[in-house]
Amino acid sequence: MSYKITEDGNIATVHLDGEIDMDVTEKAKEVIMPLIESGKEVHLNLKEVQYMDSSGISVLIESHQKAAELGNRVVLKEISKSVLKVIMMAKLEQILIIE
Amino acid sequence: MTFSESKEFSVHSSSLKEIRSFAREVLAKDDIFKSSSDDVVLALAEAAQNIVKHAYSGKETSDSLKVEISFDNNQLKIDLYDKGEPAIPSNIKPRNVNDIKPGGLGTFFIGQIMDEVVFKTAATDWVNHLILIKNY
Repeated sequence: MSYKITEDGNIATVHLDGEIDMDVTEKAKEVIMPLIESGKEVHLNLKEVQYMDSSGISVLIESHQKAAELGNRVVLKEISKSVLKVIMMAKLEQILIIE
Repeated sequence: MTFSESKEFSVHSSSLKEIRSFAREVLAKDDIFKSSSDDVVLALAEAAQNIVKHAYSGKETSDSLKVEISFDNNQLKIDLYDKGEPAIPSNIKPRNVNDIKPGGLGTFFIGQIMDEVVFKTAATDWVNHLILIKNY
């Protein structure tokens, strides 16, 4: 997994790339959580994520919940077909914020 | 078409990518798997992840796990063998998917994707033997 962060005002966009599994979830959290904790609205661009397993889904849930706790939100953008399939399998398409 | 291929991997989260590559390679053998390949790879990877996370509690080990993928009589069978802590099948339950919390989704995914999941005590040198079956 690799990533790139762009910031525009109060919105931080994390462009994730590659495969997100148990081996990289800690790294993903280390990137995403501080942005949420800093009070930014975080957008996760998942266009280049070719694979995500339950560990990756857990990162999305934790991020969503942390942002909600802080009165903010995490928005999933440009979700790849394979990741959307897994999100739907987990029945999270109505819970997570997808734009 | 009939085939059977097996490979051993280190019990480590870094092996998950190799396990997925192995499965994708095997499933590319025939178009019959084309539409379900991603799902089957996910189910296998979730099962392997459970071995790393639960059978070994994430502890470092020099042990290997074995993945065997076979196809016969329109049935895809994936056997996973490990030498971790013996699994207690009654404790392995998918969580309620309506309970929104991180973790516990892997077993749910496996159940959604595969037609049959069987936990066995391995008869050979291994400890746990998990069988995932999908019918075509």
